[in-house]
Amino acid sequence: MKRKLLAASSVACLMLSGAVYAQDMTVGFSQIGSESGWRAAETTVTQQQAKERGIDLKFADAQQKQENQIKAVRGFIAQGVDAILIAPVVATGWDDVLTEAKDAEIPVVLLDRQIDAPDDLYLTAVTSDQVYEGKVAGEWLAKEVGDKDCKVVELQGTTGSSPAINRKKGFEEGIASNPKITIARSQTGDFTRTKGKEVMESFIKAEGGGKDICAVYAHNDDMAVGAIQAIKEAGLKPGTDIKVVSIDAVPDIFLAMEAGEANATVELTPNMAGPAFDALAKFKADGTAPPKWIQTESKLYTQADDPKAVYEAKKGLGY
Amino acid sequence: MIRARNLPFVATVVIFLLAYALCALQFPNMLSFRVAGNLLTDNAFLGIAAVGMTFVILSGGIDLSVGSVIAFTSVFVAVLIRAGVHPALAFALALALSTGFGALMGLTIHALKMPAFVVTLAGMFLARGAAFLISTDSVPISHDFLRTLKGLYISLPDKGRLTFLAMLMLAAFVIGVVLAHRTRFGANVYALGGSSQSAELMGVPLRRTTVQLYAFSGFMAGLAGLAYTLYTSAGYSLATVGVELDAIAAVVVGGTLLTGGAGLVLGTLFGVLIQGLIQMYIVFDGTLSSWWTKIVVGLLLFAFIVLQRLILLASERRAAMRAAHGG
Repeated sequence: MKRKLLAASSVACLMLSGAVYAQDMTVGFSQIGSESGWRAAETTVTQQQAKERGIDLKFADAQQKQENQIKAVRGFIAQGVDAILIAPVVATGWDDVLTEAKDAEIPVVLLDRQIDAPDDLYLTAVTSDQVYEGKVAGEWLAKEVGDKDCKVVELQGTTGSSPAINRKKGFEEGIASNPKITIARSQTGDFTRTKGKEVMESFIKAEGGGKDICAVYAHNDDMAVGAIQAIKEAGLKPGTDIKVVSIDAVPDIFLAMEAGEANATVELTPNMAGPAFDALAKFKADGTAPPKWIQTESKLYTQADDPKAVYEAKKGLGY
Repeated sequence: MIRARNLPFVATVVIFLLAYALCALQFPNMLSFRVAGNLLTDNAFLGIAAVGMTFVILSGGIDLSVGSVIAFTSVFVAVLIRAGVHPALAFALALALSTGFGALMGLTIHALKMPAFVVTLAGMFLARGAAFLISTDSVPISHDFLRTLKGLYISLPDKGRLTFLAMLMLAAFVIGVVLAHRTRFGANVYALGGSSQSAELMGVPLRRTTVQLYAFSGFMAGLAGLAYTLYTSAGYSLATVGVELDAIAAVVVGGTLLTGGAGLVLGTLFGVLIQGLIQMYIVFDGTLSSWWTKIVVGLLLFAFIVLQRLILLASERRAAMRAAHGG
């Protein structure tokens, strides 16, 4: 019985390994986990991008633990993959395992976050520029309001988190060109829908029932969706009476845009792997090293960009 | 003939060897010194913590504070080193602190006649909270002394390494085996796990043994924390959440009776290696969800608890039959 089982499983194994050798590049991907919709979408898009290029992607979910990520990367090295992608859970503690990868001559690309390590230990890092994201949102608003007076309320991300700090800074840079715009109130909504709604309700009460507010800027779409709810409950029309601009470009905000309730969003693209694979392909082909930082596009979407179609394209990605 | 008491241990070793063989059949790369070395290094901190846990479980107790003590030790050491303290001194302080913490928990368990579960649960929150109090950020460390420690390794064929961490874990197991089977303390722990009442009647010093036991577990958790710090070159207060449960799983899968009294320290090593092997397989395969580790460990745990129960029932029946015949 046992022998039969062994024989059967070894046949199955041979079939599996046959499929593996058909492709020309094997890449290991150590993902943090699936803590947010965006993270899940990043995983889906990475797998799609690998498939398009005929890359055999080895995926390891670290369940939010660095020790699991280190284990996975060491496993990839032992396996002899051609390249490794890491979305690092924390910034520290990578020197040893990256040195090991370097000794094995396996290029490493960081996705979505930077780390505290000498930059000769990795090939490149693919991330967005959070300050620039805020700036794109600010510049859109500066153009949109023209020479009318405009009081803006701001829903910040989690206090002290780097996206909250950077997206605030960028937005202020973006609206600086238009002196008519002032930020009247700014408070944290913790990146969540419920807090976004609560804080927006208090803003509306504080600003004469919302009549004085011309726009709301939210550091992410979830808070914007909460704010839209609060605006509607106060008897005002979101998107018309109070303009709504936010960042991330998750599917739900496109539904709001389709309904005319949100005005603009700046995309934090889940496609970090595409540019990484391109850089790796070039590096493997003729040894040209990419720059140490590849900035992803921060694309602006407005109601004119066919939000329904974008929603349809995004909803299957696992957000 | 294998004695029934050792059957779970033998089963663990057989499962591990069989699983490794199956993995190697599918991925020939896995049968290399490099992967074997990784298996030891990557699971060193878990293994060290599991040695302490084995003793606690052998005595019929439990220590839920292990994961938090590891995190506390790593943050404590990292912050001290960042402040300019020599790592050797920081390590000694951390071990003294974690051992003292364990002893205090042991004393509380004995003096207040409280279940170990409750006292160490409080210890878990206390240690985790203290870690956050020291620093909520991940604190990177770098020091020549640490580089020297990491430079201590034995080269194996095909780029494999028996690293300092791997040797530290193996040393912890050797100490564990000697303590369990060659010392008075070890005998007392087994007696305590069999039945604390009869242990007392036999003259086992309950108070001293309980304090020693949890102090030892605290020491091993501290040592695991140092291993973790070396492994990641950083201290992080959110690290190793739930590692105590992995350690308990390793002990039970390693053949130790969860109710205490029977089991082998060496079995725990195989319990740890089985968990590491599953994770390694998932990485090599690259398409499976990493949560399969938990599912497989859960199934193994269940299987072992059933196996232990059956062995216990069988030996009781045999004893009853013998009594009937003898009478």
